[in-house]
Amino acid sequence: MERRTIFDGWLLPAMLVLPQLVLTFFFFLWPAARAIWSSLERQDAFGINSEFVGFENFVDLFEDPLYLEAVVRTLIFVFFVTVIAMAVALVLAIFADREIRGRDIYRTLLIWPYAVAPAIAGVLWVLLMDPNVGLVGVGLNNMGINWDYRLNGFQAMLLVILASAWKQVSYNFIFFLAALQSIPKSVTEAARIDGASELHRFRTITLPLIAPTTFFLIVVNVVYAAFDTFATIAATTQGGPGRSTETLVFKVFRDGIVNVNIGSSSAQSVVLMVGVILITALQFRFMEKKS
Amino acid sequence: MIRTGKVDWVAHSILLLGVALFVLPVWLVFAGSTQDSADIARGDMSIVPNLSQLGIYSSVLTEAAPGAQPVWRMMMVSFGMALVIAFGKIFISIMSAYAVTFFRFPFKMLCFWTIFITLMLPVEVRIVPTFKVMAGFNLINTFTGLTVPLMASATATLLFRQTFLAIPDELVEAARTDGAGPLRFLKDILVPVSAANLAAMFVILFVYGWNQYMWPLLVATDPRLDTIVIGIVKMIGHEALTEWNRVMATAVLAMLPPVVVVVLMQRWFVKGLTEGDK
Repeated sequence: MERRTIFDGWLLPAMLVLPQLVLTFFFFLWPAARAIWSSLERQDAFGINSEFVGFENFVDLFEDPLYLEAVVRTLIFVFFVTVIAMAVALVLAIFADREIRGRDIYRTLLIWPYAVAPAIAGVLWVLLMDPNVGLVGVGLNNMGINWDYRLNGFQAMLLVILASAWKQVSYNFIFFLAALQSIPKSVTEAARIDGASELHRFRTITLPLIAPTTFFLIVVNVVYAAFDTFATIAATTQGGPGRSTETLVFKVFRDGIVNVNIGSSSAQSVVLMVGVILITALQFRFMEKKS
Repeated sequence: MIRTGKVDWVAHSILLLGVALFVLPVWLVFAGSTQDSADIARGDMSIVPNLSQLGIYSSVLTEAAPGAQPVWRMMMVSFGMALVIAFGKIFISIMSAYAVTFFRFPFKMLCFWTIFITLMLPVEVRIVPTFKVMAGFNLINTFTGLTVPLMASATATLLFRQTFLAIPDELVEAARTDGAGPLRFLKDILVPVSAANLAAMFVILFVYGWNQYMWPLLVATDPRLDTIVIGIVKMIGHEALTEWNRVMATAVLAMLPPVVVVVLMQRWFVKGLTEGDK
């Protein structure tokens, strides 16, 4: 898409895009290229010399059971965060779209968690679920449930899934509500008069009409769950106990920054990069079709 | 659709349940912040806040926990970071969006795609080399390092580009006939016309900047540059915690500013978010 009316000259626009391009080059493109390059190299134990090893880091990676476990773990985590955050948001949006009293207040009260940082969401859930101090955590133990997410890997996973999904509901809610509101009331009303049941109306009219939003949100939620939850996990379980909540992004950070294993960490980065590129490409292809 | 005064109980119960789901955790942490830390540590916490203990907030703000910065200081770093990132991103993105929509220049499409590609390169996929670049520029442990590299933004550029594409040609023509040069046009017409989008973008970017975690963790190890988000995560990471009420008060303070911004600017923000991302 281009504008018809256009100003002359090339120096001014060049100066205008320059800051953005400079930042992009130094902090995005160059590091990304370096990541790709180091994924093909291996450093010696002292980190002084490195030699070109081709795809060896990748071969090692995919032969490493720990890495494959992290892949599966991340997929499970992403799946549940996405499904929970979207399902809860859709239900809330459907009811917030009805003509009821206090609608605007409900909306405000459901929108504000958008502003809560993933790290803070983790902190809140720790303060709530801690087996010794958290109200819910203590309550669970008093009820005879042996709750301690610092020892039990399954409970730790449950905690990070819930904390991550909790934070994302309001984002999805905002989008679902906007999509529902854009459906002309005359359409659903006509179906109602024709005697279509509420469930039937939802399935045959509402659901297809909000499908583009749903798809968009799936992409956003998958990216959120895979990448932005680093902070939530850091604040709650730090990937533990053992490795039971270590997602791929958490592993990259640990291997690269804490354990300084450059080759492997770069290979992991490149795998993630391919993942993001695929997701983004999918998203934009879909959107082009839509418009 | 408004029917005869009948109350939609189903809708109210479900929405109230949803509200409770969000408000309750914060409420409990707020209640805890006003109570005796020994009670909390015993797992003996009331869900009713003790309002006579609200003084804990001023005490938390001004008195530093051992080995940490006082909360007001970390809040200031967060404010600085969020504001500089929000304004910086808006400034840089408006300029580049203006250039790619209103001009024709060599390599324009290349510029556009270069900006676009940053969408696919979140910091998580380039952690180690980004750290090295930062170290090379001596940006580790500097406020510049904390903010400037986050100012490149494809999202904001794409959003402003969309807004600018929708500006009627007549407006551009009229400005041109009146003798307004490209910079005048940008400053006196385009920016005021896009005010609603700017407000929405500001909310989104303020929240983005305030909520950063991995970036400050990576580039700022100096405690004097601790943001409040980094600070609170450090706090709960300590093994032998005693002052639970202070931790809870800090958690409440850490989430308050972005929440206030979102609630106050709700209308623009919701509109900008849902129109922009699609």
